[in-house]
Amino acid sequence: MPTNKQLPDAEALCAALAESMRGRVDPAATALVGIHTGGVWVAERLHAALGLKIPHGSIDVSFYRDDYHQRGLHANAKTSQIPFDVDGAHIVIVDDVLYTGRTIRAAMNELFDYGRPARIDLAVLTDRGGRELPIAPSFCPHSMSLPTAQMLALERDVDGGLSFRLIDK
Amino acid sequence: MNAFGTQQNPQLNGHGELQHLLTIEGLPREVLMRILDTAAPFTEVAEREVKKVPLLRGKSVFNLFFENSTRTRTTFEIAAKRLSADVINLNINTSSASKGETLLDTTDNLAAMQADMFVVRHASSGAPYLIAQHLAATGRDHIHVVNAGDGRHAHPTQGLLDMYTIRHYKTDFTQLTIAIVGDVLHSRVARSQIHALTTLGVPEVRVIAPKTLLPTGVERLGVRVFNDMREGLRGVDVVMMLRLQNERMQGALLPSTQEYFKSYGLTPEKLALAKPDAIVMHPGPMNRGVEIDSAVADGGQAVILPQVTFGIAVRMAVMAMLAGN
Repeated sequence: MPTNKQLPDAEALCAALAESMRGRVDPAATALVGIHTGGVWVAERLHAALGLKIPHGSIDVSFYRDDYHQRGLHANAKTSQIPFDVDGAHIVIVDDVLYTGRTIRAAMNELFDYGRPARIDLAVLTDRGGRELPIAPSFCPHSMSLPTAQMLALERDVDGGLSFRLIDK
Repeated sequence: MNAFGTQQNPQLNGHGELQHLLTIEGLPREVLMRILDTAAPFTEVAEREVKKVPLLRGKSVFNLFFENSTRTRTTFEIAAKRLSADVINLNINTSSASKGETLLDTTDNLAAMQADMFVVRHASSGAPYLIAQHLAATGRDHIHVVNAGDGRHAHPTQGLLDMYTIRHYKTDFTQLTIAIVGDVLHSRVARSQIHALTTLGVPEVRVIAPKTLLPTGVERLGVRVFNDMREGLRGVDVVMMLRLQNERMQGALLPSTQEYFKSYGLTPEKLALAKPDAIVMHPGPMNRGVEIDSAVADGGQAVILPQVTFGIAVRMAVMAMLAGN
């Protein structure tokens, strides 16, 4: 099993992700939506690096999760904030780690309750494999394979620095 | 031992999670805070183009109202519908009960229709508890019970929405002086408010009422009693008015409603004794000119309509938490 020492550098991946999106997003028209909590941190970075004009949104998928009936309502649900008109918008959903794809499905379902976007893309720092739905990232600078017993989490230190950590489930 | 076995609190399941919401009394502070925290993101759902989330899709929520209440029933109905549940409203005083069916026969029949949740309003204290106990005893504890007001006992979602409102405007419960004014004797709302406020650490809870409208021993709930409204309102951060429950009034507890207004009606002049930034709350429906002056009810310090809006989010949070546990 991989150890924390073998994990990618989250800061370097943020920069690489921003570079891969440059020229493929319209600073005046593209809107980012970060998924709580790690995705919001990444969206903040991308928003600044790409000089986007539309304020970025944040989404908490607790009310749309498909495991609610098994696991109940997620504690610490946050308020989703979409500060732009979703109708006709080009939206990039931003998350830290792409895994089963279920969170992305939930986020798309939630976005459609705000309106009908013209196009949705997906940007993630890393793809750890293990997909359970037909979902693929539009922008993804890194991929790795992790056993199901491990969870990859993005963390932010007091100075705002981002790093990955492995958590044994 | 009862049908709930040795469990300490019949509202909590084996993992300490909320199974039913019957009363605020005895609920740990963490559970109350979790409900308030969970309600916050639900307030935003009402501002979307589609004012719905799919949590209770396919679930059947039965509003069992053995006692009339248009507002409470409507807010529960809206909350359940915004969670995508199917809602069935039964005004039982106009149906089976008048034909002689017992409370538990009614609930058994609805359980046989695959109910997932009962929202119960009843004139008798303890009716929701009796239903929850009966469901547990008959192995149907997957059905959740929410007390929407029982007799003089409790109205927990009203208490919770009041707490949500106070936190929204005043932030920190542990710095507040709060007065509850009016017909405490007949008020399940007052009981739920007092239990919630003391559990959440409000250092001074006052009740203001004439002796005839106070239950004996009310100070044992941890409140300071004032019979003089002017004295009781001095320096408070929050004024929680109660409705004068005309329809519950038995015998001559009060000389007249005019006399009551003079002593216990909230006028601008009496409100001026509270802190300048004090908020005024009322659970509705208001009796203008009886317990509250129109100038106060429509004034800048009243947060009575926000209470209604927050009430939907709080009821959504409660139902979503119960149905997931």
